[in-house]
Amino acid sequence: MKFKSQRVAYLFFATSMLLLSLQILYGFIMGFAHLGFDVLHSVIPFNAARATHTNLLVVWLLSGFMGAAYYIIPEESDRELFSPKLAVVQWAALVVVGVIAIVGFHLDWWEGRKFLEIPRPLDYLVVVDVLAFLFNIGMTAWKARRLSTTGAVLFGGLLSAALLYLPGMYTFQNQVHDSYFRWWVVHLWVEGVWELIMGAILSFLLIKLTGVDREVIEKWLYVIVGLTFLSGILGTGHHYYYIGTPRYWLAVGGIFSALEPLAFLGMAAYAVTMMLRGGRRHPNKNALFWTVGCGIMSFVGAGFLGFAHTIPQVNLWTHGTLVTAMHGHLAFWGAYATIVLGVIAYAMPGMTGRTAYKHWSSTWAFWVSNVGMLGMTGAFAVAGISQVYLERKSGMDFLAVQKAIEVHFVGLVLAALVFTTGIILYIWNFTMYGLPQVSVEGASDAGVDPVAESSAAE
Amino acid sequence: MLSKSHAKKFFLGGTVGFSAIFLWLTVDTLMRVPARSHEDKLDAHVLSGRLIWDKHNCMGCHTILGEGAYYAPELTKVVERRGKDWIRMFLRNPEAMFPNERKMVNYHFDQHPEQIDDLVAFLDWIGHVDTNGFPAKPDLAAKPPSNVAVAPANGAASGKLASAPAIFKELCMGCHSLEGQGAAVGPALDNLSARYTPEAFDKWVSNPNSVKPGTAMPNFSLSPEVRKELASFLLSNGGAR
Repeated sequence: MKFKSQRVAYLFFATSMLLLSLQILYGFIMGFAHLGFDVLHSVIPFNAARATHTNLLVVWLLSGFMGAAYYIIPEESDRELFSPKLAVVQWAALVVVGVIAIVGFHLDWWEGRKFLEIPRPLDYLVVVDVLAFLFNIGMTAWKARRLSTTGAVLFGGLLSAALLYLPGMYTFQNQVHDSYFRWWVVHLWVEGVWELIMGAILSFLLIKLTGVDREVIEKWLYVIVGLTFLSGILGTGHHYYYIGTPRYWLAVGGIFSALEPLAFLGMAAYAVTMMLRGGRRHPNKNALFWTVGCGIMSFVGAGFLGFAHTIPQVNLWTHGTLVTAMHGHLAFWGAYATIVLGVIAYAMPGMTGRTAYKHWSSTWAFWVSNVGMLGMTGAFAVAGISQVYLERKSGMDFLAVQKAIEVHFVGLVLAALVFTTGIILYIWNFTMYGLPQVSVEGASDAGVDPVAESSAAE
Repeated sequence: MLSKSHAKKFFLGGTVGFSAIFLWLTVDTLMRVPARSHEDKLDAHVLSGRLIWDKHNCMGCHTILGEGAYYAPELTKVVERRGKDWIRMFLRNPEAMFPNERKMVNYHFDQHPEQIDDLVAFLDWIGHVDTNGFPAKPDLAAKPPSNVAVAPANGAASGKLASAPAIFKELCMGCHSLEGQGAAVGPALDNLSARYTPEAFDKWVSNPNSVKPGTAMPNFSLSPEVRKELASFLLSNGGAR
């Protein structure tokens, strides 16, 4: 860590840890409901658990991205953060909005639109909050008159994510239009601009951890995010097959979403090649594990499974079944959860001056959580494919099918227990670092020369 | 060898180019959706139904147009599948239809019958959207489909079904069969007079759980008139043999 103000990232990272824990808890509520133990039905019905589970995911990832930006932008701009105070206020506001939203879900206060359940009044607060965040990191780069390619891609991704939130804030009378523009937010986030954020964080970590020349890494960053948009923008079409939009989307979406794995394959090849080329052996192996793991798992979950599910002939049967949940879990884990956990694993030693990555729990957290998530994906796959054949292809009744596939949810819950063990280890390791230190001298684990005298924020 | 500035041009050029194509397709789509979704039929009832649908986050369990959660049935074609009366009956007391099964939240629609009508209007409207063939008809199903009783009634077709009250076809046949028509969730209802007196039938239908605790037969809170209508239809021997 070069600058004192980067410490503010800790608040966001700690929030991510807390929200991730809660997200897992709500996941278990749903898993048990699928097993027939819907014991919390009167307090937390399935739709409340579901909205909470997915929104917690979005918020903890966004919190992680914000923390990552507060850590990375000052370093890439070679300057203290514009206003650490504003960052703290913005963090507090994010937490308050998040808490209100989650409580509201339990009181039937929401918009019933998948992933965008946060009610409209809170949307405006989200916008103000994100503007404050963008202003803060934007001014940091502006004042420094310097922004690396990595920093620019990160900022561009965050700015576009904010802009693309807006189409979700308009209510269309026609459900088809509503659904059309809902995907502008959801798809163009996770298969578009979030990949910019992910690519930029990946690039930052690879520069720091492998020691490969920045010019080389950033050149390939352009190629990868170029592939992302080349495939991902028209790839939105795979959401437009069967929602009332014209038939040509079957061709457009089919072709371009078949290209989407290329971007993720690029990410995987990028991470692995740079790791192999890197001459420098950085002590923080754990951060490197998460970085390379992100590249590989995003290809498997988002790239390959996404491809398998979005071929139009397949999607006609799998659309709206548990097959989607299978793809969704590994895609979000591989592409976004692991990159946030990676940047946290990288930043913590620098912020705290401690080296908890040497503790056994850091390595085990990586392997156990990844194996657990692969197991969960397998359980969803078996349940989903069975559902497709029994319900969609054979015409069995919905509830009878759900009974028939109940056993696979036992597998899901068991795998989820393994996954949870991994996350508990990660969070335990996170707490070992303690709080960030005021003085950061000597904390050179981040792989950069510590700057003894931190210039004061203006 | 690819240089960084080439890579940057590739990124910027690709992004601008494909965004432009995407916007063009969006404009075209927006112009075609009104006809494909019968926007002229989007009346006040449908819109109100849509708002109720959103207000209670129905997508948090169900899917519609294949979008939502996977805990409850896909509802795009539910009006075609179940019929409007069945849906109305179900919504009046969602916990009654499938006792001891997965539960739907009870939003007390029975106290707001106009909300039920609006929801049905919305579901009916969405069922007529041109979805390019989604959801597809089961292509591996036995013919007739596997959840329908196959065995035809013995003897000549009596045509008893032809005189069935509408509620019998929409409600009872969701689970039972008569003369080989209907579903096979509950027992077939042919020749019921051999098993039930009118009194026993009425007692059973008005509160199945009190006769046989834990039964899957729902209590529909049918009015005495409707129960009587069903009894006289089912217990009559009119051509059952």
